[in-house]
Amino acid sequence: MRELTYWQAISEATMQCMADDPSVLVLGEGVDDHKGTFGTTKAAYERYGAARVVDVPNSENACAGIAIGAAANGLRPLVVHTRADFMFLALDVMVNLAAKWRYMYGDQGGVPVVTRGVVGRGWGQGATHSQSPHATFAHYAGLYVATPASPADAKGLLVTALRGDTPVVLIENRNLYPLTGPVPEEPEPVPFGVGRIARAGDDVTVVAASLMVHEAERAAEQLAARGISVEVVDVRSIRPLDERIICESVARTGRLVVADTSWARYGLAAEVAAVVAENVPETLRAPVRRVALPDSPAPVSWPLEEAFHPGADAVVEACLALVGDDRGSLPRLSSVAAEFHGPY
Amino acid sequence: MTTTPVGVAPAPDTVDPAGPDAALIRDMVRIRCVEEELCDRYRDDQEMRTPTHFSIGQEATAVGVCAATGPDDLVFTGHRSHAPYLAKGGDLRAMVAELYGREAGCARGRGGSIHLIDRAAGFAGSAAILGEMIPVGVGAGWSAALRGRSSVALTFFGDGATEEGVFHESINFAQVHRVPVVFVCENNLYSISSPLRQRQPAGSTITDRVAAYGLWARSVDGNDVYAVRAAARAAVARCREGAGPAFLELHTYRWREHVGPGWDHDHGYRAKEEIDDWIARCPIRRATDAIRDAEPRVDDWVRQWEQRYREEARAAVRFARAAAWPSVANLLDGAYETVGR
Repeated sequence: MRELTYWQAISEATMQCMADDPSVLVLGEGVDDHKGTFGTTKAAYERYGAARVVDVPNSENACAGIAIGAAANGLRPLVVHTRADFMFLALDVMVNLAAKWRYMYGDQGGVPVVTRGVVGRGWGQGATHSQSPHATFAHYAGLYVATPASPADAKGLLVTALRGDTPVVLIENRNLYPLTGPVPEEPEPVPFGVGRIARAGDDVTVVAASLMVHEAERAAEQLAARGISVEVVDVRSIRPLDERIICESVARTGRLVVADTSWARYGLAAEVAAVVAENVPETLRAPVRRVALPDSPAPVSWPLEEAFHPGADAVVEACLALVGDDRGSLPRLSSVAAEFHGPY
Repeated sequence: MTTTPVGVAPAPDTVDPAGPDAALIRDMVRIRCVEEELCDRYRDDQEMRTPTHFSIGQEATAVGVCAATGPDDLVFTGHRSHAPYLAKGGDLRAMVAELYGREAGCARGRGGSIHLIDRAAGFAGSAAILGEMIPVGVGAGWSAALRGRSSVALTFFGDGATEEGVFHESINFAQVHRVPVVFVCENNLYSISSPLRQRQPAGSTITDRVAAYGLWARSVDGNDVYAVRAAARAAVARCREGAGPAFLELHTYRWREHVGPGWDHDHGYRAKEEIDDWIARCPIRRATDAIRDAEPRVDDWVRQWEQRYREEARAAVRFARAAAWPSVANLLDGAYETVGR
């Protein structure tokens, strides 16, 4: 299969869905500029122009509400936030209206608004430009929330989102954009709520989301050389969450590490631990480990930022602790994001 | 009382002798009768378990504005939703059943008073977080324009909602994109118990601020149903012609408490004299006075309408109370679309 980068996969899904369905339109600040949201909206703007790829005022709250109204009246808006942190400005309508519309109006139809939020982590983006708010949105029934890790899933989940009738939040870590992988040429949907075994293994299960899937795969590669077999489960979507694939994996390995791009408390890592504790607690041979952000806002200074974001090495440490081994002579691993270049 | 399926507006009244002006009075009387009956039942029976915001005293805004709309136009509102719902042709029994939490309710008992909807009538939804239906109305109107339809969206809100940032964001967007949306501000002078003068700067009005964005904006006596209709017709016509959004500030007054069925002159935030002064400016009385010379029978009609609509309201209450509760087995219905659940 031909390979695309992650951003090319998003662009292709957008283009194909816009071609298939004239009701799809893209809204976002600067979606029409020379960068085109990391390239993801550039081709769509060049093809469909300002009528369907709409640069909007700096009004995240109103634009999210406008997208809901448009969706309630026949359109399928794809709202893009170049920094996911700005989605907090739209929380009211996303949580109080989009998530609840179908339910509180008696199941007479939903508002299919798809919202992409880009996580800016890295290059000193700091406290308010680095956050990955997937758990915030996943808390509320009525939304689907996904954190695609591979180019194929970035395409397939967006296709599903733009064809469904449920409001969707897609959280994209910008460090994923240059990564390549096989992507189907056709707009093949990837279902929400179905995880993926990114790498099979027997000794430790690492359940990961987004960028951490790649960090976990690096960790698994290194640990394999030590004879430790790590299974990496890519959750793909966090609401709905594929509880079965998580529990079946943990039931085989008996050990669980959860690796997330956000904080441990009340987040995906906590939820996955709860799912295992509720369903297969007797299979655990060691306590659950969470690899997540430390309990502070994101810093800017390079060494602090390096220490703040966990990477492959943190996953290695967690797995070693669970099997009762120590690092020994294993070299330190760099993170996927280490290859990021400026200017910002 | 004929049975009307949920979600279908009642057939237009064909027996009335009234012309278009008297029809406005008739529609205001109907809303008044329904709301007064609901107030009594709400207070006495304690069976409607849903925070309920009555429009008694400000019926002219909903009736005058909705009289300027067509069946394909969409109305959104904030929490004070009953009057616009009924004025747009929303099904009465489905609304009352909703307040009683029944499966036959317009939102199947999931929404309550503040989340009314009747899609068939073009009442596209009400919601209670201040200001949040303002951008939704903009989006609906924008969608109509982008899809080449001639329909217009109208979004009702109070003076309090104009203090929300999203109001200004929405006005700005609508003007930039020439959206066919009518912003309908029912300025009833109070946000719960906070008077407007404590919340907004003296020396400028809501209309002034909106006009500064370049919108066609009009400040109208909201208790004069004919003036409201005339302004709304102009606003809707502009939208249909593609001339961009319009804003109406309709000055009116709610007689009862912010939420609930009671009177509140003893709550300390407004004087009984002020309430009485506005009751003297009752929109139904004023509309009746205005056409009496031309229609000497109007007082008889009003008496007949009051009788008819009180009975209709009581029948709707009987319908609602006899209707089935939602099944607890269906508690999760509608949280997600069935496909993919």
